[in-house]
Amino acid sequence: MRRLLILIAVVALLAAACSSDSDDGTTTTAASGTDETTTTAAAETGSELDAMIAACAPGQTDGDLNFYNWTEYIPYGSAAEDYEVTDLVAKFEEEYGVKIIQTFYEDNETMLAQIEAGGAPYDLIVPSDYMVSTMADPEVALLSKLNKAAIPNLVNLDPIFAGMPFDPTGDFSVPYQAGTSGLGFAYEYVDDSEGISWGLVFDPEMSEPYAGKISMLNDERETLGAALKYLGYSVNTVDQGQLDEAAALLKDANERIAAYDSAAFDDLLIAGETVVAHGWNGGFFGSFDEISTDDYDAYEDFGYAVPIEGGIIWVDLMAVPITAEHPCTAHTFINFILDAENGGELTNYTYYMSPNLAAHEYISTDILEDPSIFPSAETMAKLEFIADVGDFSLNYADAFAQAKG
Amino acid sequence: MSVQQGTAHRPWVDRLLSLNGWLVFGFLYLPILILVIYSFSDSRNVGDWGGFTLKWYDRMFNNPEMMNALGNSIKVAIVSTVVATVLGTMAGIALDRYRKWRGKQAFDVILYLPVIIPEVTMGAMLLIWFTQVLPINLSIWTIILGHIAFSASFVAIVVRARLANLDDSLEEAAMDLYANRWTTFRRVTLPLILPGVLGGALLALTLSLDDVIITEFVQGPGANLLPVYVFGLIRRQVTPEINAVSTLMLAISMLLVFISLGFQVRSGMGRNKEE
Repeated sequence: MRRLLILIAVVALLAAACSSDSDDGTTTTAASGTDETTTTAAAETGSELDAMIAACAPGQTDGDLNFYNWTEYIPYGSAAEDYEVTDLVAKFEEEYGVKIIQTFYEDNETMLAQIEAGGAPYDLIVPSDYMVSTMADPEVALLSKLNKAAIPNLVNLDPIFAGMPFDPTGDFSVPYQAGTSGLGFAYEYVDDSEGISWGLVFDPEMSEPYAGKISMLNDERETLGAALKYLGYSVNTVDQGQLDEAAALLKDANERIAAYDSAAFDDLLIAGETVVAHGWNGGFFGSFDEISTDDYDAYEDFGYAVPIEGGIIWVDLMAVPITAEHPCTAHTFINFILDAENGGELTNYTYYMSPNLAAHEYISTDILEDPSIFPSAETMAKLEFIADVGDFSLNYADAFAQAKG
Repeated sequence: MSVQQGTAHRPWVDRLLSLNGWLVFGFLYLPILILVIYSFSDSRNVGDWGGFTLKWYDRMFNNPEMMNALGNSIKVAIVSTVVATVLGTMAGIALDRYRKWRGKQAFDVILYLPVIIPEVTMGAMLLIWFTQVLPINLSIWTIILGHIAFSASFVAIVVRARLANLDDSLEEAAMDLYANRWTTFRRVTLPLILPGVLGGALLALTLSLDDVIITEFVQGPGANLLPVYVFGLIRRQVTPEINAVSTLMLAISMLLVFISLGFQVRSGMGRNKEE
């Protein structure tokens, strides 16, 4: 019993010790809090961080980088060796004499919860497009405004990534990697000589041969977006009539769709369960690479294309959350990633589209010349980012639920 | 006659039952066996046998982030198991022994809460608790506290089940012989409930070793645990490296099970001798 008391005392002491040095924990609480005193506290520390950021100079560091990123999304250690690319983590550490402490997440929403709750001093995060608008929303204000003067390599960015709907001014985020969603298919059953059309899913005649062999993403914006594109509308429409039309189209196609799957669409295609699969390019390529061996090339059997009517482009971005304690190192790191050579090596590892135009000369030609990774200018023009449609997103959710039955 | 009829029918039923037993066994263990076999396959595709190789193990041991995550996982599992077992055992005893204290029923219900509430809810609650109520910085310690929070209940429930079958007169006999409460607990109660305590501890260990959701909510900078890491890895691609790391985890868990079985057998023998 006495031992327990001692244990409890120790735990209590530990808790007390930790709480005394966790100012940022309380301040971030304040950011999402509603009562006046805490909001003022947030404003104060917010401006403190803003002041720190304003004072950052290019190449300046102010401590180790707490990097909160998706698992294996930057070449590092044995994975870098495996892909024969530069270990960017080691290179940054060597060049600037600071360490990178990597923590991983596998879901935008959990990352959001952690940043919102505070208590973890992450300096740099990599949210996906829609998450940037959620986090930059002035009501929650979880992202700090970047000091563009400290990121001279911003000039390397591809202009098509300027003015994205979720961060129009680019004040809060810098693109990291990008990709598209479209259709994966098996050459044995699908003829792509005249391009791939969303009609493979939505046109009753064209999709007839594939009935029961089609999978769509289980995501209202993506899948209704596909139907909207087929109809020639914007994926960000807020016109109820257009949305109803798209939902009716999907409802018609429903009986031909075998599954709504956002996780295993690539596996289903490879296993032959489906022959037409809606999904993200990275997912397909990862799987095609996996099953390819020295004697077998999966790319001869399977393909991926953005349909001729257009599709959706996604992008993951770097942002400095308000929990940052080393914002200058974060800025320097963003600049480091935007460097032409480093950006090239990043894409040689991820096989995603690089938003870094200057990096193109360092990207292996296999990747650069693959239209399913780097779409042609013509296709690019038909791609749309998913924008935050505010309360209308509920209409999308409703329409999707009803169409799926 | 009726007895003979019974025996005549028995083998048929028996055979069916044992067949069922084997099927269940196969259903449970064949996937694990296949997972282990393919961790030695020299092909990037997990479902393709490409000849024997140890390269996935080599790669796993040379992957600094993965090894760091494995180390953290083991650290968290051991610390949280020890603490949860002590707390859970005490809670179990308190619930069983002190039948009349006030608020016992409420405590009883509350104890089951961590077992039944969804992990996402638990994770979010713990996150708010750590960061806004206490508030402390998220780190490996918050993961440990989080794991203790849910596994202590499991231990308490298992220990209680064991205590329910315990004959009170054994403890009374010890007290009659002038053993004080502590001695009675140490020499009589604890040895009798030890299988329950160890069972609870094993449960806590397993829960801690494979928890993803709660861990992801309460993890702090640099404190990556293996299950979260592996989960993230699968999002990118599934290579036999995942099989290799799963095999390693399996080996560690089995080692722990055997150690605890060894303890149980020994304590069982000790008791028999005393009897």
